[in-house]
Amino acid sequence: MDQIETGSGSVLREYGSEQNLLSKPDGSATFLQGDTSVLAGVYGPAEVKVNKEIYDRATLEVVVQPKVGMSSVRERAREQCVRETCEAVLLSTLHPRSSLTLILQVVHDDGSLLSCCLNAACMALMDAGLPMGRLFCGVTCAIDSDSQIITDPTAQQERESRALMTFAIDSKERNVLMSSTKGSFSVKELQQCIALSQKASEKIFQFYRDSVKRRYSKIL
Amino acid sequence: MKETPLSACERTFLLKAVEEKKRLDGRQTYDYRNIRITFGTDYGCCTVSLGKTRVLAQVSCELVPPKDSRPTEGIVFFNLELSPMASPAFQPNRQSELLVTLNRQLERCLRNSKCIDTESLCVVSGEKVWQIRVDVHVLNHDGNLMDAASIAAISALSHFRRPDVAIQGRDITIFSPEERDPVALSIYHMPICVSFAFFQQGTYLLVDPCEKEEQVTDGLLVIAMNKHREICSIQSSGGIMLLKDQVLRCSKIASVKVSEITDLINKALENDKRVRKEGGRFGFAESMPKERITALKRDEAPVEMTGVQEMAEEFLSKGEAAPEVVSSPVIVATGTGQLGEGVQSTWGLEEEDECQGEMDKEEKKKKKAEKDEVMVISDSEEEEVVVLNPEAPKSKGKRPKH
Repeated sequence: MDQIETGSGSVLREYGSEQNLLSKPDGSATFLQGDTSVLAGVYGPAEVKVNKEIYDRATLEVVVQPKVGMSSVRERAREQCVRETCEAVLLSTLHPRSSLTLILQVVHDDGSLLSCCLNAACMALMDAGLPMGRLFCGVTCAIDSDSQIITDPTAQQERESRALMTFAIDSKERNVLMSSTKGSFSVKELQQCIALSQKASEKIFQFYRDSVKRRYSKIL
Repeated sequence: MKETPLSACERTFLLKAVEEKKRLDGRQTYDYRNIRITFGTDYGCCTVSLGKTRVLAQVSCELVPPKDSRPTEGIVFFNLELSPMASPAFQPNRQSELLVTLNRQLERCLRNSKCIDTESLCVVSGEKVWQIRVDVHVLNHDGNLMDAASIAAISALSHFRRPDVAIQGRDITIFSPEERDPVALSIYHMPICVSFAFFQQGTYLLVDPCEKEEQVTDGLLVIAMNKHREICSIQSSGGIMLLKDQVLRCSKIASVKVSEITDLINKALENDKRVRKEGGRFGFAESMPKERITALKRDEAPVEMTGVQEMAEEFLSKGEAAPEVVSSPVIVATGTGQLGEGVQSTWGLEEEDECQGEMDKEEKKKKKAEKDEVMVISDSEEEEVVVLNPEAPKSKGKRPKH
């Protein structure tokens, strides 16, 4: 149980993103990880309702919309994970008594949904130009029945796994901002998954840099 | 959040432009914006972009008991949602007038026109029928949500495949997509809504109004038609008075537009079918435009594993040692109480009088012994009960049995 084989199962699926694809929201982005696709839209800073306003910072509201059916507790749990990550990085004290709304629409779910939501959220916040202290990304790890760690699992791999973990990693010091886990695993396995997620996050942060460089290549 | 109101000068500008047969984006009066239809990886998922208006539709199915009034027909359920992403004015879970109008119009266009053969959705009459659920999400509101929603819904329904079923007597076998190819829905015709916006009390009309044009319009006429020139539904809202020949003219324009749009949908469906058959890549990932400066894609990348073990060891050694895992929880005895099994109750229950005196003595002895002794609490009823006072074996019998 203690020794984990980190073999060829650790790949990040093909990923891509497009920013500024919706005209109405202040910032929008879609993030694709293999077949999993999430569309994020951001409004803010905007007017806030009096009962929701905070006197010295902006109020962040996150809404996760599933594709089929009404939103339930599962979506609320995801909303909380994303909201806590965003609140840790956004400089909300720059916009007191304002509201920031982040809406995530699940376009297709083929595994690693929470990390895809986090990545789409970060790209949308960047597109909206909201001030952030650091960037964040999401990485999902699954431990299968042979104790192999798989990063960025598909829905099939998630179903067959013994444990599933999602971490939000920050860009400055690669700290863990948020973790959401399911299943049973040992402390050593957890630390190995965190170390692996930190390594994987380097690729995603490099991707953020490349996207932004490409986007402003004609201006800079 | 409040929607930005339209200013008075924008309003006068738009109305003047309509009078001169000019539109904001340079279109002609009867022109539609660019329509782009893409399908996702699973059957029944479709995104439609009508100019900047974007709508996502998903069809799913489920076996349910049929309605009592129609035991041999399947059920089709429509649900249109205005995502808060589409406009700052849309709040989640709020029933606005626009939402009700759109839902109602979509239902009338698709259900009342009987474009889907509900009889073919019946599996066992009176017991099990397919319920087809169409969820339409509006992602960006730039006008003419009705048309975009109807195109998305009918495209998704045409694209959808339901699982194959086999009935042997009373047994129903549902095959997964791997076992048997899923079956398409039986659709007779494709009703598509076309919206006309009227200005200056019906004098001027525009086809496919954008959001700004919609805000200055007097009234809206929506005609749902199929390519066989059959009108499926007409709705006029806004309280404008229309003449008979105006409505007839609109229906002629609508028939031309509907046949163009139906061709477009069929072409998109053909393309998707061909790509799937050839084994090529399909889905939203493929249809993402690569040549745009705002889009970027990266191929599958392996994660470097070197040093992961060492990093993990480092974290573990730097961190605090985990508390020891004990099979049963241990509580230091003095001053603590315990609820549960295995401990003699000290509530002074009424025992036989002879034993009363002995009980008091035992309690005193127990209290002395308990000072530094560790009491092990066991949850298991099979474990032996711990005797705290080994010199008073009689106490065993006195313990209340749980």
